[in-house]
Amino acid sequence: MIGPQDLGGRAGFGPVAPDPTDPLFHAEWERTVLGMTLACGSLGHWTLDESRHARECLSPQAYYGSTYYGIWLQALENLLLTHGEITAEELASGTVSAPPLRPERKMLVTAVASVLGTGAPVDRPASAPARFAPGDAVRTTATVSPGHTRLPSYARDKPGTVVAIHGCHVLPDTNAHAQGEQPQWLYAVEFPGHVLWGDTAEPGSSVLIDAWESYLGPI
Amino acid sequence: MHDHPHHDSPHHDHGPDNRLDPMEARTRALETLLVEKGLVDPATIEAIVQSCEERIGPRNGARVVAKAWVDPEFAEWLKQDATAAINSLGFAGRQSEHLAALFNDAETHHIIVCTLCSCYPWAVLGLPPSWYKSPPYRSRVVIEPRKVLAEFGVELPEEMRVRVWDSTSEMRYLVIPQRPANTEHLDEEALAALVTRDSMIGTGLVSLPGEAAQ
Repeated sequence: MIGPQDLGGRAGFGPVAPDPTDPLFHAEWERTVLGMTLACGSLGHWTLDESRHARECLSPQAYYGSTYYGIWLQALENLLLTHGEITAEELASGTVSAPPLRPERKMLVTAVASVLGTGAPVDRPASAPARFAPGDAVRTTATVSPGHTRLPSYARDKPGTVVAIHGCHVLPDTNAHAQGEQPQWLYAVEFPGHVLWGDTAEPGSSVLIDAWESYLGPI
Repeated sequence: MHDHPHHDSPHHDHGPDNRLDPMEARTRALETLLVEKGLVDPATIEAIVQSCEERIGPRNGARVVAKAWVDPEFAEWLKQDATAAINSLGFAGRQSEHLAALFNDAETHHIIVCTLCSCYPWAVLGLPPSWYKSPPYRSRVVIEPRKVLAEFGVELPEEMRVRVWDSTSEMRYLVIPQRPANTEHLDEEALAALVTRDSMIGTGLVSLPGEAAQ
């Protein structure tokens, strides 16, 4: 799905304007949204990939019209609604009217250090040898995924070169849609700037993406 | 958590009627609902945020860089298996489960971005700055990296290769900037103090105080 998140190469967003004094959070609610989103993740209703997809599924108006944590908050509301952990009525009224589904999975304060400190590795045993090797010429798929994908549209249907094999990783395209982890080999693939942008490219520049095996075909 | 000192928040205006701004109100409404349903604990939320503010940050990454500069064996380990090498210094966890180090040298400059969201190596750099998560950087750095670098005050030699790494998977990248000249007398700690966050994203270079990094 080419959603509003798919920003690479788009124009019109203005200068980067780095501000060394910019704080990590601009208001108290931003801190809460970060903490609440991570805490709700432990309820186990959705995967990291599904939560990314929830943000991508916001309308372009909502996505571009919101701050970063504003996007997170709207996506969190939608995830909780979709999985039945809260109801639309509860969200509108602010009053509890339905029982919780997974209160036993509430993240305890004593679990914070280990949850954040360990993370959730996504490498998995491989069931087949890697199809490509560093140096191989490949072309990314032309297919526009109807759902979640981590193939940016600027790198769709483009010839590139495999520069590294990262291992066998959970496939976001299925894991975001409750279709399982379906791990695949993951490659770093490099595209010369002119392949992606033609004459607009800056000389001597290239872009690298991480691409799962099903994103790639031989040339 | 409501007694936590407020950060810079120009829109966070408690007027005489104590009205909350819309996002503050919307966040409090959801939080209250989840707390009352027994699904989140406010103490957990606060502990998560505090951990993100204090346990992780660019000082961790700077230690990795400085060690790589002074210890060739560690630098080699970082090239071969950055996850293990960085974990050995005690830096690990969420958004840093799988790490790779990108070594800048005289021929090549690396920059990291996440055009699709905000993937960033939390364990070594902390939470990303606003500009890293925002549309201007995410849209432009892949197509015009040198113009973007210029906005950070960085100008690279014309012949230098620029490689932009779009973090599309759970691999997290850390740029190892070039060690500045005339730093042979500095120890690891003094070197780490020179390493900036932006130099480990690739939007900055490391320089000695008072010297322009060129």
